[in-house]
Amino acid sequence: MNSFKERLFKAAAYTASLFTIAVLLSIIAGLFGEGLPLFKSFSPGKFLFTNDWYPTHAEPSFGALTLIIGSLAVTLGALVIAIPLGLGSAIFISELAGSRMKEAAKPVIELLAGIPSVVYGLFGMAFLAPLIRQWFKLDTGLNIFTTSIILGVMIVPIICSMSEDALSSVPKSIREASLALGATRVESIFRAVIPAAKSGIIGSILLGFGRAVGETMVVLMLAGGAAKMPTSIFSSARPLTSTIAAEMGETVMGDLHYQSLFALAILLFLLTFVTNLVTELVFLRRGNQ
Amino acid sequence: MNRRKTWNALGTGILSATLLATFPFLLIFLAQMFYKGFAVLSPEFLLSAPREAMTAGGIFPALIGTFLLTALSILIALPLGILTAIWMNNYGKPVWLIRILRIAINTLAGTPSIIFGLFGMAAFVNIMGLDVSLLAGGLTLAILALPVIINNTEEALRTVPADFRDASLALGATTRQTISRVLLPTALPNILTGAIISVGRVAGETAPIMFTAATFYSRRLPGSLSDEVMALPYHIYALMTEGTHPDEQVPIAYGTALVLLLLVLLVSAVAIFIRYSIRRKRQW
Repeated sequence: MNSFKERLFKAAAYTASLFTIAVLLSIIAGLFGEGLPLFKSFSPGKFLFTNDWYPTHAEPSFGALTLIIGSLAVTLGALVIAIPLGLGSAIFISELAGSRMKEAAKPVIELLAGIPSVVYGLFGMAFLAPLIRQWFKLDTGLNIFTTSIILGVMIVPIICSMSEDALSSVPKSIREASLALGATRVESIFRAVIPAAKSGIIGSILLGFGRAVGETMVVLMLAGGAAKMPTSIFSSARPLTSTIAAEMGETVMGDLHYQSLFALAILLFLLTFVTNLVTELVFLRRGNQ
Repeated sequence: MNRRKTWNALGTGILSATLLATFPFLLIFLAQMFYKGFAVLSPEFLLSAPREAMTAGGIFPALIGTFLLTALSILIALPLGILTAIWMNNYGKPVWLIRILRIAINTLAGTPSIIFGLFGMAAFVNIMGLDVSLLAGGLTLAILALPVIINNTEEALRTVPADFRDASLALGATTRQTISRVLLPTALPNILTGAIISVGRVAGETAPIMFTAATFYSRRLPGSLSDEVMALPYHIYALMTEGTHPDEQVPIAYGTALVLLLLVLLVSAVAIFIRYSIRRKRQW
């Protein structure tokens, strides 16, 4: 009787694990099943490499290059802001701050990472965008620049917390050896500690990239949404995520437009999947520890 | 020598400056949220329904909707997640399956939330025919919470010392008895902390519920799992992007955002506090 209970329990745990794998597989199957049929009527090459996104025209065109560039533009903008701030803060907290500040910093960073993105979106729309419009004398504050600032601040906690972990796990002996050889503190940080934590730091940046590329609400509310090739940092952009979110409501299940949005989702999924896989396998190697 | 000292001072200065540059932004952000939010916050705001096409009234249905969506998704994801983590931690054979499982969990954890929304819409709303409903949204959010819960539970189980398990097995307890009487009770506070963290994350998500559960405006509360619901994050988005009376809508959006922010921060603060006090108290 006991062995029946044992087997039942094991079977339940096993089933739950298989279910988790099944969830991922069905997401992949769902995305590809709904998205790939687009390429029967629109070539993948034109989808990836042409500019015209006119999904609702009489002769529709699904060139996603503008949207891809839009995603990359706001993400790179966000990284330009988040890497120095996040990495600098991480180095400061890990190497220069006292132990009391170190202890306080961790939970604060964790709290900040939990702020819902729609709240940042509201702040950007109602507070920052009007200021940007005034300062730079623009027609509208909803552009790549504003989006990058908010998106950047959003991913600072991710980059900061992950690279702080990497820096803190550098053995003390490396710092001490460097200082004992007569290096100043800053020299030993940049020549000894950071090189030792390099892969963890790159991993944290890649994670930040993945998060920024997949963020929806902030770009939907702030990027302006024009499907035109951006010409400056004050141009409006229409990233992949916001295109899906904005247009899904207008589609009919199974029509070309619907399929094209799933095709965009495939692109987005592959982008984040590859980023995460590279991060896990090459830079963090958490699985092996 | 002097040049090196200058560089040292300069480097220290720049590093402190990056931290100092982050703080003012956050202060302005929080000050703005609290200042604008508190202006509209009142018991009536929390406990009444929106009126006059969302230009007046409160957020009660959205508050209840967010509560129901979050509770439903955690109720679905928690048992699944804990069982999966137990399997990874205690059975975990064959090894190739555990590798695949880890890749699956990490992939799910890194997938953008809009993709969950899209999948939820295709699978739950359209194919399973649940329509835009509390249930469809709860299921979608459960998938989002699943990797977080599995990772946290697995880590919680891993922190239980091997001695505990060995001692239990040596006394003649079976694997199941060891798990349910020794491992789970020891790891429980950490498992719950993980669950609370995922509550905070799920409650603030907008993109997954846009096409699966949320509605702009509903005066009444959801009566069953198949009803559409209002939710705080979606309400903020709707107030900012729909409608034609920004002068009335933006202050309500600030009030809603402050409520959501306080809820999420409070929930995460509780979780973080519990975790730190466990760490301090731990005897082994």
